[in-house]
Amino acid sequence: MAIAREAEPIGSLKEVREAGLDRDDLLEVYRKMLTTRGIEERGHILYRQGKIPGSFYTGRGNEASVGVATAMGPDDVGTPLHRDMGVHVARGVEPWRIFAQYMGRVDGPTKGRDGNVHMADSRLGLIAMVSHLPAMLPVAVGCALAFRIREEKRVAVGWFGEGASARGDTHEAMNFAGVRRLPVVFVCDNNQWAYSTPTHLEYATENLAGRAEAYGFEGVVVDGTDVLAVYREARRAIEKAREGGGPTLLECLTLRMEGHAVHDDAFYVPKEMFEEWARNDPIERFRAWLRENADLSDDEEGEIASGVKRLLADAMRRAEESPEPDPATLLDGVYASPEDLDTPHHK
Amino acid sequence: MAEMTYLQAISDALRGEMRRDKRVFVIGEDVGVYGGAFKVTLGFQEEFGAWRVIDAPLSETAIVGGCTGAAMMGMRPVAEMQFADFISCAWDQLVTVAAKQRYRAGTPVPITVRLPSGGGFSGGPFHSQNPESSFAHIPGLKCVCPATPEDAKGLLISAIEDPNPVLYFEHKHLYRRIKTEVPDERYTIPLGKARTHLEGNEITVVTWGAMVYTAEEAARELGDGSVEIIDLRTVLPWDKKAVLESVRKTSKALVLHEDTRTGGFGAEIAATIAEEAFEDLDAPVKRIAAPDAPVPFSPKLEKAFIPQVEDVLAGLRELTEY
Repeated sequence: MAIAREAEPIGSLKEVREAGLDRDDLLEVYRKMLTTRGIEERGHILYRQGKIPGSFYTGRGNEASVGVATAMGPDDVGTPLHRDMGVHVARGVEPWRIFAQYMGRVDGPTKGRDGNVHMADSRLGLIAMVSHLPAMLPVAVGCALAFRIREEKRVAVGWFGEGASARGDTHEAMNFAGVRRLPVVFVCDNNQWAYSTPTHLEYATENLAGRAEAYGFEGVVVDGTDVLAVYREARRAIEKAREGGGPTLLECLTLRMEGHAVHDDAFYVPKEMFEEWARNDPIERFRAWLRENADLSDDEEGEIASGVKRLLADAMRRAEESPEPDPATLLDGVYASPEDLDTPHHK
Repeated sequence: MAEMTYLQAISDALRGEMRRDKRVFVIGEDVGVYGGAFKVTLGFQEEFGAWRVIDAPLSETAIVGGCTGAAMMGMRPVAEMQFADFISCAWDQLVTVAAKQRYRAGTPVPITVRLPSGGGFSGGPFHSQNPESSFAHIPGLKCVCPATPEDAKGLLISAIEDPNPVLYFEHKHLYRRIKTEVPDERYTIPLGKARTHLEGNEITVVTWGAMVYTAEEAARELGDGSVEIIDLRTVLPWDKKAVLESVRKTSKALVLHEDTRTGGFGAEIAATIAEEAFEDLDAPVKRIAAPDAPVPFSPKLEKAFIPQVEDVLAGLRELTEY
């Protein structure tokens, strides 16, 4: 029997308004989702052209992560992962810098020091992930601890996958956050496959959100292909944390629609599973909802699509103009200097 | 000036920084109500409150990871590992996250992790280790190993001020044994600057932490004033210049540490001397370290494990006669 609450889908425009989004906001969410997918589709092209060193990872099927980012306040912070491009896009990272990051150029957020989605713009309240998932959960909890010590009404959002839920960092982070009722929201991108490992080999319970109860806070399972439900639940959790209500574990259920990385054809995922979840494509679902509930017209739809296309074409051009890093800078920044602390955070 | 034990100097420095800078907070197991396993933070919670002297669950990963997040949000966390040995549980947060964040993401991580380290009182394999060499291999970290009360204070203040993750190894065998004058005022000691503990002209001993005193006793027993002791104070960064200058003067070098031998930090020092001062040497570089074994529990075995005065004395005699 499930312990966690299962979130209902959002039905009408009225309900969405109550959850805090007006029609313009909705169109913006749609635009960000299209941008997210567009970036990753173009990443595949760049990869095939041999312009992306190393490997390439996408979050196809997880574009509803835009909903979580939309629910965050401007001063909130988060630690998005490699399936959460939508979070970077929604927080305002310029797409050309993402392409530059993919290609290891100096204008990527890591200036070529790290690859793929191992990036973040700290000015936008994001913290760059590491490969050792879910190592960023304790870090997110630490951000929340700082907010709690200073009694600031800010919230940290920590992402992890269902695979990483099997590691001890998850437990330590959630337990500590629960004990201290810290303002943090744990978002699990449950895309059902950790590389080739299915969920039943990662955890033995019906869902992961049910674990929250054991840590003394609320767990919610939400359809991770329904951006509006994701948004509403994320907002509830974030505002609850902001008001001192402690953490929430939000499990967003979706399917990783591509391999673990570009080299992986995901032969181990049953074909029927892909077919079933393809019918729940987050972008297509939201587009249909907008047409039905928010009078999205052909003109508007076309305008948004062509706007995204233009944005990304320009972004790819600009990123390709970005130089590769100079080997003379190899050792720059291994250590921080006192001037590095001259940031709004460290004042 | 007041006379202080090594432990009091650490406590004094930490209290001073917490009074001076509200961004500084302490987190660890039993650091609050209990005042820490070694009482370094005794009375801190009464003075600073439960949100600046935080009793954490038994979760080293959450403690160090939490410090990393808090530091990114502008705090200056000081974590206490109850014993340096337990830092293994937080390896990933230090090495994977904190050490690399500045380089790859531009984000400084100004945290200090206090590590009560070292043996000498039957702590056994899990309460006696000196894990500084493991971390001295990690670019992005700094490793501090004070030997005197004066350095314990100045180096801790520097560690807290430093914009990088700093591991502060405080030797448990020095806590109450070493008591000297410590300046009352706030002062810092630059990380990466060695100290000459004893001056001499014939043999250079390079060491740090509690071994400084073992070396000193051996030198006094040798009794001819020939030994110069360089106390590194920090092993990452380490003061290569001071070591090479001394070796060029004395032409003989003995590298001494309490950690085990193979891959211990002494190997790096010996290699550097061989590379850069070979022409100045009158004898092969001598290394004295613990043998490659876990730290044993029995007092008899532990004494055989940790380098003793007579071991160092034998090494010095060997070099004298070479």
